[in-house]
Amino acid sequence: MTARSLQSGASARERAATPSLWSRIWQNDAPGYLFLLPWLIGFLGLTIGPMITSLYLSFTDFDLLTSPDWVGANNYMRMFTNDPKFWASMRVTMFFVVFSVPLKLAFALAVAMLLNRGIKGLPMYRALFYLPSLLGASVAIAILWRQIFAGDGLVNKLLLVFGIEGPSWISNPKTSLWTLIILSIWQFGSPMIIFLAGLRQIPQDMYEAASLDGASKWRQFVKITLPLLTPVVFFNAIIQTIEAFKSFTPAFIISGGTGNPINSTLFYTLYLYQEAFGFFRMGYASALAWVLLALVGIFTAFSFLTSKYWVHYDE
Amino acid sequence: MSTPIQLRRLVKAYGDIEVVHGIDLDIDPGEFTVFVGPSGCGKSTLLRMIAGLEPITGGDLLIDGERMNDVPAARRGIAMVFQSYALYPHMNVYQNLAFGLETAKAPKAEIQERVQRAAEILQIVPLLQRKPKQLSGGQRQRVAIGRAIVREPRIFLFDEPLSNLDAELRVQMRVEIAKLHNDLGNTMIYVTHDQVEAMTMADKIVVLRAGVIEQAGAPLELYNNPKNLFVAGFIGSPKMNFLTASDDGAGIKVAGNNVNLSRSVAGTATLGVRPEHITIAEGSGIKLADITVDLVENLGGQTVVYATTSDGQPLNIVLEGQRKVELGSTVGAYIDPARLHLFNAEGNAI
Repeated sequence: MTARSLQSGASARERAATPSLWSRIWQNDAPGYLFLLPWLIGFLGLTIGPMITSLYLSFTDFDLLTSPDWVGANNYMRMFTNDPKFWASMRVTMFFVVFSVPLKLAFALAVAMLLNRGIKGLPMYRALFYLPSLLGASVAIAILWRQIFAGDGLVNKLLLVFGIEGPSWISNPKTSLWTLIILSIWQFGSPMIIFLAGLRQIPQDMYEAASLDGASKWRQFVKITLPLLTPVVFFNAIIQTIEAFKSFTPAFIISGGTGNPINSTLFYTLYLYQEAFGFFRMGYASALAWVLLALVGIFTAFSFLTSKYWVHYDE
Repeated sequence: MSTPIQLRRLVKAYGDIEVVHGIDLDIDPGEFTVFVGPSGCGKSTLLRMIAGLEPITGGDLLIDGERMNDVPAARRGIAMVFQSYALYPHMNVYQNLAFGLETAKAPKAEIQERVQRAAEILQIVPLLQRKPKQLSGGQRQRVAIGRAIVREPRIFLFDEPLSNLDAELRVQMRVEIAKLHNDLGNTMIYVTHDQVEAMTMADKIVVLRAGVIEQAGAPLELYNNPKNLFVAGFIGSPKMNFLTASDDGAGIKVAGNNVNLSRSVAGTATLGVRPEHITIAEGSGIKLADITVDLVENLGGQTVVYATTSDGQPLNIVLEGQRKVELGSTVGAYIDPARLHLFNAEGNAI
């Protein structure tokens, strides 16, 4: 036997002894994929599949009863050039986002700072303040809110005690959206809990060093607390803004699904719902959904891009 | 600027629990005082009371003769260096140094000048634009000290400032802080649990235990004349040996051996012997005991012998130079009687 044939014999034996790539993957990774499968089926079937379908439908005319008709970019063209209701819903949603998110975050931070002062019964307060976050988006709370701000509701009854006759907050186009903003602020529990955790992370030494330097509580807040809390502010701002863009239930319940008075509570998602399930314009509704996704995506990308200028990460 | 500090019956209590029990202490102008003691002895609490970070429950704190109990921290003329450095991570070194002066609304030109001067003293000028996370431990410590210097305070307080550094850097920074004290001449109070730091840096060491001062004095005074067993055991490295001694009227006996001492005690006592004061060469002082050698460590400059007396009491010896000592051998331990410390049953020096 030559040296060459000896070598080729040895490598053949090695090949026989070494399991193939697929069998190795099967042996080593199969249990992992098996455990992943339920999630993967859900993700592909319930998220990716409908997303691709809706992207396709956004370029069609589809009423659920007949098969979709390809219309190209017509839905998108109509949205931006010939649909005042689209712009009305966009204005309402932007107004809601611009006012509800900062106000909610400011309120959440204020309460978190109060709770961070080491008060007695902190777990109880924490749970109580968190409760509205759990209940806030529910139908029941939206109905309750409608009663509170109705013409003969609790708010006006309280105002009457002081001799003030309040309007019907919900049916007045100037105030109706503000009732929804207040409802949103009332659900401050979730960002508050995150702020509280962030505040706990700031070392006490820094405040002590600042107080030795003569820094007032306000200066300590502006120069130490806020900058060190920016990662948490950033996180909360992103999450709450996305939530605000997606807000639907309160506007649907309070306006009875109409977005009235005078479209003043016509949230983008409510308009989308009306188009999809009120008029069965599934193609147009899909296009609306994709525009909302793009809008949220642009906002989030912009936030991440600008974050390096104002978010301070330690270490 | 040299400022005296007086503590008069200073008390700190959290609710019903008193942790600092009526401390009396005088710190002279320009003195470098070190508070030393085991964890929980109240040394940091005492420092924080002086700084104004902890309210004083009772007694008086006088700075330059003025009662400071109710004066806010910022108006005591004190700067403090924290164990964690407490640098603001979102500010660069310059901004960290300038923070106190900006808070005090000092003119911009003055801030710039004082920051520059402090940075030059601490040799951190090239680091001024860096963020704390871009600095090493030693550099952070310098910035923390710099932040104290720029304020030009009357008194510097240091709360275990070197405990986060590695051994080599600790020695280096120790020297630098001592130099800084020499250059600035301010009154400084330094808290540590490391007695080597205390011995090397202090003009005055204050040994604390459970909220009371066990002994205060110059480092060598505490080393040579410890008032009690606690101070004797705490000051000095390696730790002082403690041997049980008895006196039956015929002289003091240690491990069955008569120790020829002019002093006497009633009943049992403790004999304190520093490892570096013992020799194994016959004729060097009086014989302390016969010992069996358990372990020998050759450190090059010193030889450390771990031994046991005939009645089983451990005895550590530090011999100068490189010495050949056989493991398991029995040798005599000798000492100059003037170097012996005798403590009564209550642990107080006789």
